[in-house]
Amino acid sequence: MGLLSKKDAKLITDPLADNNPITIQVLGICSALAITAELKASLVMGIAVLFVLGIGNVVISLMRNIIPSKIRIIVQLIVVASLVIIVDQVLKAFAYELSKTLSVFVGLIITNCIIMGRFEAFALGNGPWKAFLDGVGNALGYAVILLVVGFFRELLGSGTLFGIPVLGDPIEKTGLYSTGYENNGFMLMPPMALIIVGLIIWVQRSRNTTLIED
Amino acid sequence: MSLKSKLHTIKEKYRGTKMAPAFNALHTFLYLPNETTHNGTHIKAADDLKRTMNTVIMAMVPCLIFGMFNAGYQHHLALGTIESAQGFLGASFWTWDNLVIGLWKVLPLVVVSYGVGLAIEFLFAVIKGHEVEEGYLVTGMLVPLIVPIDLPLWMLAVAVAFGVVIGKEVFGGTGMNILNPALTIRAFLFFAYPTWMSGDKVWVHGAVERAGTADAISGETILGSYAQNNSVVYDYWDMFWGIIPGSVGETSKLLILFGALFLIFTKIGSWRIILSTIIGALTMGLFFNAVVDAGWISSSSKFFGLMSVPFWQHLIIGSILFGAVFMATDPVTAAQTNKGKWIYGFLIGFISIMIRVFNPAYPEGVFLAILLMNVFAPTIDHYVVQGNVKKRMKRLKVKTA
Repeated sequence: MGLLSKKDAKLITDPLADNNPITIQVLGICSALAITAELKASLVMGIAVLFVLGIGNVVISLMRNIIPSKIRIIVQLIVVASLVIIVDQVLKAFAYELSKTLSVFVGLIITNCIIMGRFEAFALGNGPWKAFLDGVGNALGYAVILLVVGFFRELLGSGTLFGIPVLGDPIEKTGLYSTGYENNGFMLMPPMALIIVGLIIWVQRSRNTTLIED
Repeated sequence: MSLKSKLHTIKEKYRGTKMAPAFNALHTFLYLPNETTHNGTHIKAADDLKRTMNTVIMAMVPCLIFGMFNAGYQHHLALGTIESAQGFLGASFWTWDNLVIGLWKVLPLVVVSYGVGLAIEFLFAVIKGHEVEEGYLVTGMLVPLIVPIDLPLWMLAVAVAFGVVIGKEVFGGTGMNILNPALTIRAFLFFAYPTWMSGDKVWVHGAVERAGTADAISGETILGSYAQNNSVVYDYWDMFWGIIPGSVGETSKLLILFGALFLIFTKIGSWRIILSTIIGALTMGLFFNAVVDAGWISSSSKFFGLMSVPFWQHLIIGSILFGAVFMATDPVTAAQTNKGKWIYGFLIGFISIMIRVFNPAYPEGVFLAILLMNVFAPTIDHYVVQGNVKKRMKRLKVKTA
């Protein structure tokens, strides 16, 4: 890595695996359960959080010395809210259908614990460049899990990927469906997302046993 | 060399290796092991886990055999090739033709259920290095009894894999599970493939493939008819004998009662849970009857059909009795304290009938009610124990004061 020092690179790679916001810190679960029934929605959600967290971390980091600590939560909320409004308006302008699928969950990025968590834990105590890397890393870690969950849920639940049928036509009974295969309706329900996230946590901790608590 | 000593030699050969649990399981399933405990006092009891499991299976076998005959009987009856049987010993019921269809459809369900489930149990035992536990023996028998006859086998296999891994192994295997694995499997099937688990086409063999053709047949369950305010063609004795459409093994209330008596007599099943579930169901049924009698609900309401069912009939339609006897009494997932068992069972019956009447999307709510109470069972126990502690503390204070 010529571009980043080893320490900086760790800020990005750590949240992708051994310090993943969803599977290790168990933050941001609500949105991971709610919008991952489709891969497209997962991707857009990932990008939205990447934008909000990347920029928000920098803004908070720049202001960290002038924010009175008593009202820092309010200041953080205002920063997130402004950024989320930008994302929401852009989605409404350029991807209206998608913004309808995501519905209230774009607005709820404000309450996504990952964002407030990173502001509190990192941006308030580090310079803007580091804060930016940390924000990008954590948002990517979040997006990766969303995409994995979305991949399985859309493939097994609807037989499509990004809306494109990959297993054949369920009504015309072509492709895999001609053998009697059927879509799994349970995959489209939020509980199944929780179970998939659980399975990812299981796989991750059995591969890296140092992650297991007590 | 006898089979036993052969198995023993194999076991010795693989002692300490990865595959040891698999061989040990085969050996101990068939024979008593040669080892004896070496030190300390120990209690010798005949009712080990294996004996317990086998007792429950024995209680279920009549239901399974009846289910086979009933599968064929419903099929032939819907096709119109046989007369309806009058009563439990009807001539057109216990026929060879019926049994053949039943064997052909039910045995694969049993084989898939046991095959997939035990394969996963063995796999986990080998990976984790513990002995294979007998917990799946009962689950594997329950599963074919609580699914519709025409369920595709691959769906059953997927559901069993899900139920055993997510419902049991992730919590640490037999004895550690929060939810009843057999009901986890049924819930998975119900939510994943609703078209195969409810409606008027799945309960009679052949109805699905004939749907939409000139030979179409249908087999609505009694609950389904009531939920749609249709009239019910079966009389009470048919429901009690079990010659009605339904999941494979849950129709015959008579045989379930025999199973219940057997379980209570051998002290495997808790009579408190069975009785309190029935009381809970009757209470809810009485309550609904009172609502109808008071005229609070018009006959055009979509709940009227099920609400106006006489309260005692709730016990002989649907699977409440099967759930009460074989599912709610699962010693792992039920409440452990005696007082807790009364509360646990009562709420199962109460909620089952409530779901049955109020939610037309779930014509039968027994499995949901039991799963819900499985989750609450530890909480119930906690408060029962705490209440007891409080009572004793009070007594202590009075004495010392």
